[in-house]
Amino acid sequence: MKHLDEYRDPATAHRYADAIARVTTRPWTLMEICGGQTHSIVRHGIDLMLPEGITLLHGPGCPVCVTPSGVIDAAIAISGRPGVIFCSFGDMLRVPGGAGSLLSAKARGADVRMVYSPLDAVAIARDNPDRQVVFFAIGFETTAPTTAMAVLQAEREGLTNFSMLVSHVLVPPAIEGLLSDPDNTVQGFLAAGHVCTVMGFWEYEPIAERFGIPIVVTGFEPVDLLQGILLCIKQLEEGRAEVENQYSRSVRRAGNEVAQLTLARVFAVQQQGWRGIGEIPASGLRLAPAYERFDALARFGGIEVAPDDPGECISGEILRGLKRPADCPAFGTRCTPEHPLGATMVSSEGTCAAYYRYRRSEAGSAPVAEATP
Amino acid sequence: MCLAIPGQVLDIEGDDPLTRTGRVSFAGIVKRANLAYTPEARTGDYVLVHAGFALTVLDEQEALKTLAYLAEYEPEDLN
Ligand code: SF4
Repeated sequence: MKHLDEYRDPATAHRYADAIARVTTRPWTLMEICGGQTHSIVRHGIDLMLPEGITLLHGPGCPVCVTPSGVIDAAIAISGRPGVIFCSFGDMLRVPGGAGSLLSAKARGADVRMVYSPLDAVAIARDNPDRQVVFFAIGFETTAPTTAMAVLQAEREGLTNFSMLVSHVLVPPAIEGLLSDPDNTVQGFLAAGHVCTVMGFWEYEPIAERFGIPIVVTGFEPVDLLQGILLCIKQLEEGRAEVENQYSRSVRRAGNEVAQLTLARVFAVQQQGWRGIGEIPASGLRLAPAYERFDALARFGGIEVAPDDPGECISGEILRGLKRPADCPAFGTRCTPEHPLGATMVSSEGTCAAYYRYRRSEAGSAPVAEATP
Repeated sequence: MCLAIPGQVLDIEGDDPLTRTGRVSFAGIVKRANLAYTPEARTGDYVLVHAGFALTVLDEQEALKTLAYLAEYEPEDLN
């Protein structure tokens, strides 16, 4: 496939690995933010191609993983109300809240449907005027414009039976949170290419400057990731801390301005809970006052969003790059993709799921410092 | 979640800013994508599609630059 296959060539990937080895003189710790990148890195063994001393930490960029368990319980409660059709992206269905998952609610008789696009949920609302149709609006800045457009189309069509349970999260405040943590060890970031396709990278420039940290906007294929890593290490070796754009075929500095204007119209920024991590100021979206009538929590009423209870799951530390899946005593034993204890084991972009799928044999003996050979 | 796939716009239907839609081919598999966020998209362009929406028109020149980067970067004797 054009614009994909060129970036998967193993020979090119190995030349990049050689180039990285030539510029690296010291140990460095980088973090990729996005769960899609984590999946690609672990799947293609990119971390294993890097010189000794280069550590890749996996960041909090899996929206499924950071959706608070209380919000999932609220989703389950809404799906159980009479006449409701509850629509969600597929990744969300198996994530355990405090009281089961949407899939277990479906097994008990709730009308829970998997959709590919929020517009599919709008179509279901159009086709079922006597039912209440609710869409579970989760995701980063990549996905938020698609749910914003669903609201605008529902408004245009005058649909009174469409609403959304909103739990959108924003990347830059999470990066600032990680960098402000006294335990932080990250020295350079690979920023998420598709988030930046929407938002551009002007937001990251003040962060790079304030924290003196290189940030390289990076794509998702092996060659993209290796080039992003090379650019980041070159900055570190040369003592620079800039925002660079590896993914320029998709990302412009200003981003997609139509999408940003739509986001600003439909949503307002709010403090947001991140599963396992806690509240982060100005890191989430809620419906703007003009669109509050599409808020499912307000429409259904009487549903409390309980605070997170992580149980024995340590995904909060994993999402902050402080621990690896092998550090969790439940990994691969009490917690597997079939019986997940935490969201990072459910989503294919969750770090625990990626290690379970591609690294199980070695994961049992891979503490943080030795995870890269 | 943030997965977005490149595909080529085969044709475009409608001109309403909210509902303009293209048929997009992903190596032969054809799906419809909303073009509200890519008003500049034309037939033949490659777009990046996420959750039923084209989020950007891919820039061929920039793609070529990215692919050429290594050749420029590597010392002569390694080329
Ligand atoms: S292995 Fe399971 S319980 Fe342990 S951190 Fe990962 S998701 Fe949580």
